[in-house]
Order: sequence, then structure tokens, then C-alpha cells
Amino acid sequence: MTPVVIAFYAFAVSTIAGGLFTVISRNPVHSVLWLILAFLSSAGLFVLLGAEFVAMLLIIVYVGAVAVLFLFVVMMLDVDFAELKAEMSKYLPLGLLIGVIVLMQLSLAFGVWDYSEGYQTRLAAPEGDAMNTEALGLLLYDKYILLFQLAGLILLVAMIGAIVLTLRHREDVKRQNIVSQILRDPAKQMKLKDVKPGQGL
Amino acid sequence: MIEFFTTTNLGMVLVILAQCLLVLIPLLLALAFLMYADRKIWAAVQMRKGPNIVGVFGLLQSFADFLKYIVKEIVVPAGADKAVFFLAPMISFVLAVIAWAVIPFNDGWVLSDINVAILYVFAISSLEVYGVIMGGWASNSKYPFLGSLRSAAQMISYEVSIGLIIIGVIISTGSMNFGAIVAAQDGDYGLLNWYWLPHFPMVILFFISALAETNRPPFDLPEAESELVAGYQVEYSSTPFLLFMIGELMAVVLMCALISLLFFGGWLSPIPGLPDGVLWMVIKMGLVFFMFSMVKAITPRYRYDQLMRLGWKVFLPFSLFWVVLVSFLAKFEVFGGFYARWAIGG
Repeated sequence: MTPVVIAFYAFAVSTIAGGLFTVISRNPVHSVLWLILAFLSSAGLFVLLGAEFVAMLLIIVYVGAVAVLFLFVVMMLDVDFAELKAEMSKYLPLGLLIGVIVLMQLSLAFGVWDYSEGYQTRLAAPEGDAMNTEALGLLLYDKYILLFQLAGLILLVAMIGAIVLTLRHREDVKRQNIVSQILRDPAKQMKLKDVKPGQGL
Repeated sequence: MIEFFTTTNLGMVLVILAQCLLVLIPLLLALAFLMYADRKIWAAVQMRKGPNIVGVFGLLQSFADFLKYIVKEIVVPAGADKAVFFLAPMISFVLAVIAWAVIPFNDGWVLSDINVAILYVFAISSLEVYGVIMGGWASNSKYPFLGSLRSAAQMISYEVSIGLIIIGVIISTGSMNFGAIVAAQDGDYGLLNWYWLPHFPMVILFFISALAETNRPPFDLPEAESELVAGYQVEYSSTPFLLFMIGELMAVVLMCALISLLFFGGWLSPIPGLPDGVLWMVIKMGLVFFMFSMVKAITPRYRYDQLMRLGWKVFLPFSLFWVVLVSFLAKFEVFGGFYARWAIGG
């Protein structure tokens, strides 16, 4: 058992355990935390594959940003989760069906799938001294620049769409004008008044 | 004997463990004195004496505090989620420690010299928000929860600009390895070769973002003691609180190391002719830490909406613009190799 093999099994077991407990844990916050464990362990698996750039991106994007938002939302939800869990048995057959289908697809890909000619060269790590960050950069920004930019454009459209759908300008609320707040000058804003006794202003 | 440590698995694991301890023990010792320095600087600005009882000039104050925290009782609030409650400070501490695995202190003095070192540090510092969120949620109390929500939003906001600033440095260097980044800042003009000059506005932005990312004043809204008691730490006592505190300070020192490596040449000497060495790295980190302490002492706390506005409407557009500008300047090698260090073989 080399350390790499031990690390592989540790990460593999914790990925599967994380995924399992994401589904079966009673508390939704715990579910998200287990999901984070699954993300971290799969990042570890990527490192073992030699894809350290992808591993770091997985952690930064999924764990550092997406899962934080999940946690954020789930923590603030006010839903009776005991009731939701009670309904789980109702959907169990459907869930099992989906699980079996995914398992069948995986076993198809693993066993019966026919690979195209020369797939092994395409699966291999980048040749020579190029680090996989550079190799990825060359592919994305050089060879497939058009597709990459189009994918970015689609995401941009989705983002703008979400903003347009939810943005409402309310006229009846008071707003702060930061620029005017910053530009305020103590000398002009304050006025000293000489109040005479018994008279007031 | 040497063969045992270089060829067998057990030997190599032992060597790695020894190296980890070699980094960790001086780091924790330094942390004790940095904590003391922090309090002394703060006191000096406010014309107080600061800690001066334990040891000569109060030098052993941090160790006394350490013992005090250890022997106190651990209080778990009723209704707290126990597992998450204790997991949170541990995560906070462990994440703060493991980031040091890729930080070099001198040429080659690094535990793990990986290609994506800077991404690794960025990933770890983006995970540090979890200790805060989990602690606040698991306490099952309102103030900690509000503190943790504030913290989550704040840390995510400022990570964005930190990431973009780092990209500028990566473009200039052409590598994500700290050794390569420092080597690219080496040159005939000493401190004028460092990245603070070409990336000047970003140094200040990075410093301010680092303050926000580590929840230091003036951005200490997650633990704003005048409104949230102590934010996410309210319910913590004893060792868990100590772990939170060490984790927080360690993240600050990590940011000091990052600023010295990225912008101030790491272990390079500022004056041409003087030898480079680990001493320069330590001096630079100390100076940046002094700045962190001074900011804590002299600035009033930001308002929360001002903080969010600064992050999203000022820092984000500015650092994004800077990335575009630096890519342009580096690609067309404007000013020679000033921005494109990879082009001049630096």
C-alpha cells in the first residue's frame, strides 16, 4: 500500500460517505456540511489524478462560494423539516428508480461503452513540461476560444435575466446617496446659534 | 539511516511530519509574541501601557492567557448543535494552519512546492468562512447568528477582489508558484523591482481587502462588540474560543506573508548587494503586521452598507479594470518587461 493508494481510498470513502449522509441526514444544515465534505474529498481525488488546477477550482468555486450560499439560505429557511422528512417515504420508490438508472448508466459507461479510436491519447496528461494550468489555458483560450466565449455569453444572459426578473425599483423608500454623504462638509452642515435664556430659537 | 528516510514510506512520512513541526512550532511561538505586539501597539496609540505584568515588559502575557483559556470550563449553550459547535473552532484553526504548507520563507524553504500554490492559499482562505458560519449557527443564539451571516457576506465579497488582484500578479509572473513569483521580482534595482511599483494601487486594495477578509478592524462587523456583543464568538469559552482566536490571528499573519510575497519580494533584499534571506521575509511580515495593528488602533468601524458598497462597487470594478489593463500591458510589453516579467526571463 503506497501512500497514494491509501489517500485514494480515504478520499473515495469520504466522498461516498459525504454523498450518502447528504441524502439521509435529518438536519438540512448537516446535509450541506456533508455535501461540502463530498466536494473536498473529490477535490482530493482530482489532486491524486494530477489535475491540481481543477481541484483548486472545485474548492474555490463550489466550496468557497456556491456551498456558502447554500448554507446561507438553508440556515435561514423556516420550514418544518420533520414534516418534510416524513414525506420522504412517499418519494422513496421514485428516488430508488432514479438511483438505479444512474447506476445502470455508469455500468454501461464502464463496461459496454465503445470508445472512439485513440481515446487514450486524449485522456492522457499534457505532454512535455506544460503544467496542466497552462495546458487548460491553451485549450480554452486558444483552441476553443469561440465556444468558451459563447458559454460565457450564455451565462451572462442568464445572469442578466435573473436580475431583470427580480429587480424592482421602489419609489416609496428613502435611499442613501453615498456620494452626497461623502461630499458633506462639516463647516457647511453645522450652524452655531446663540440661544438666549428663556427665548429658544 | 539516510536510506530509511529517503526510500521507505514510513521514513518519508516521518520526514514530512518533522518538517510540518518545524514550520508549525516557530509559527505558533511567533503568534504568541505577535498577539502581545498587537496589544502593545494598540495600547501605545491610546497612551496606555498595555500588558506589562507577566514576565519582563509583559512579554509572557500570551502564554499566561493560553494557560488561562486551557483551564477554564467549556460551556455549551442549551439547544446548541454539539457536533457542529465543536467542529467550527477546529475547522477555523486547522484551515489557518494548513495554508502555511505552501508559503515559502526563503528560497526553497517550503513544505510543499506545488504549481498552484497561490490558488491553494486562495482556496483555503475562502474556506475560512465556514468556521465562522458554523460557529454562529450552532450556538443557537441570535447574536452569533447575525454575526455569522454578516461574516459570510463580507468574506465572499472581498474574496472576489482579492482573487482579481492575485490574477494581476499571476499575469505579470506567468506562474502560480510562490518561488517563481518572488524570483520574478528579483532584479538589479532592489526594491524598485518588486511588484508594489507596477501593481501600486493594488497593494493598497489588497491590504484593505485582507483587513475585510480576516475580519480585522475597521471591518470587524461580524464581532462588532458594541452591537453584536462578540458576534459568532459569543457562546464560546475556554479552548474552543482559543482556537477561534488563534485561527483568526494566524489568518492575519498569513495575509502578512502573502502581501510580502506578492508585492514586496518575499526574501529578496531591498538594497542591491545585501544578501537575500529569511530575515528579510520576517522583517517584511513584521512591518505589514504593524500596519494591521495600527489600522486597528486608529480607524473607526465601518457601517455595514458602506462595507458592502466598498467591496462590490469600488474594489470589484477597479480590480477588474486592473486585470484588463495589466493583461494589455503585459501582452504588448509596454514599458519593456515592467509588467511582463516572463518576457525578460526574470
